[in-house]
Amino acid sequence: MKRGVLSVLGIAMLVSCSSGERTELLVSAAASLADGFIAIEAAYEESHPEVDVVLNFGGSSALREQILAGAPTGVFASANETIMNDVAAAGLLHEPSQVFATNRLAIAVPEGNPAGVAGLEDFDRPELLLGLCARGVPCGDFARTALQRAGVTPVVDTDEPNVRALLTKVELGDLDAGIVYVTDVIARSSVVDSVVIPDEFNPTARYPIAVIARSGAQDTATKFVSFVLGAEGQAVLADRGFGVHE
Amino acid sequence: MSDGTASRRRGTRRPPILLVMLGGFGLLFLLIPLMGLLGEVAWSDLPELLGRPVVVDAMRLSLLSSVAATLLAAVIGVPLAWLLAKVDFPGRSLVRGLVLLPLVLPPVVGGAALLFALGRRGVVGGPLHDLTGLVLPFSIWGVVIAATFVSMPFLVITVEGALTALDDRYEWAGATLGAGRWTVLRRVTLPLIAPSLGAGLILTWARALGEFGATITFAGNLQGRTQTLPLAVFVALESDRAIAVALSLLMVLVALAVLILLRNRWLRSL
Repeated sequence: MKRGVLSVLGIAMLVSCSSGERTELLVSAAASLADGFIAIEAAYEESHPEVDVVLNFGGSSALREQILAGAPTGVFASANETIMNDVAAAGLLHEPSQVFATNRLAIAVPEGNPAGVAGLEDFDRPELLLGLCARGVPCGDFARTALQRAGVTPVVDTDEPNVRALLTKVELGDLDAGIVYVTDVIARSSVVDSVVIPDEFNPTARYPIAVIARSGAQDTATKFVSFVLGAEGQAVLADRGFGVHE
Repeated sequence: MSDGTASRRRGTRRPPILLVMLGGFGLLFLLIPLMGLLGEVAWSDLPELLGRPVVVDAMRLSLLSSVAATLLAAVIGVPLAWLLAKVDFPGRSLVRGLVLLPLVLPPVVGGAALLFALGRRGVVGGPLHDLTGLVLPFSIWGVVIAATFVSMPFLVITVEGALTALDDRYEWAGATLGAGRWTVLRRVTLPLIAPSLGAGLILTWARALGEFGATITFAGNLQGRTQTLPLAVFVALESDRAIAVALSLLMVLVALAVLILLRNRWLRSL
């Protein structure tokens, strides 16, 4: 909780530093959304010059702590529905959250796929160097779900602390394969190749978005959420490999 | 000189209140996190938590790899310290700077550098893999190499300092009495620097035991193979906080033991 208070102070400073004339809207978004939301910010401010969108990226659970501790967040976009539910349980949502994007998993392999990895079934081959995200990290839990659905008991060589660390070891060729998000292999397609995980095994990560109730900028916030859910916002996210809302 | 002495005497009588306050905050700043940690410890569950396989594996691996790293550092680091202290070769100050680099470098950068060099496609790791099939990352060798890389500077600077401060005449005396160079080294030099060597080895071992960034970057993280105590703490923080706290407490106790050892062997002589 103390950490939350400090973060709130930091965010308050962030907000008070931005320009005076325009209405400020603080958007807290999961780190994995960074590329997409930077593009959305630019598009939104172009069509809504009266609004100054201030982006605050971080791990979804850290963002949750900030909001619970009273951060002046207008919009919260989480990588995880459970975390959004915690904010809802605290009575802080203006309206129920909506899923605005989804993500799937893919197998990342070094360029040219030197080990010839063909799919999830290769993850029990001890002669290969294989990596996953650690348990408890969303990409690690999703990857284990996929392997379980495929009936594969993985024999891995490392449980990486986050998806970027895993991807780096694949890029360098130190790992023969690792399970990451589709959006990651798209973002790094110049340095890694990917192997598709069939839909039947592939879990879907859902990203919910909501207006925070006490932000005092609910109209502005509601319009921004509509923009993300609308054609323009969805196109930006689809470009980066996210699944867009049903 | 006399001014300095006078003000020092005045200073001891009544320390400036500002310094006392700031110093007090300094002390609190060091103590509060420890208190926070102690406040989180589930004392009654502690024996059970410390007996969990993930903890036992991490302890075994940490002990093994930190001792191996200390031995490796001794085998290659003490000779390096001797060269730096005793041989006036061109570029000596450059080499001395290089030796200190891992002390200043963020460990994760060291780990990345190790990965680029010794990884399966690295400049050294690539040929090594092609010739022998050996892969250093994701193995205990990777853990030992990462720990040695970050901890060896402690040994080199401690031993080099001791060798530089050593009075050459003892070694000359040994030599004039007919001792060969190895005998002088073994019977005269090493016994004379033994306290510093001991302190350097303890510091090196402690740094190797606490090593995190280079290890997780270079060697990866797998329970029972590369997951040392600090890595286990890091991973457990996101999944099982009670374990993370128990492991942290264990490391605090080890750190305290090291300080007590150092106090008796080394700090007293300062």
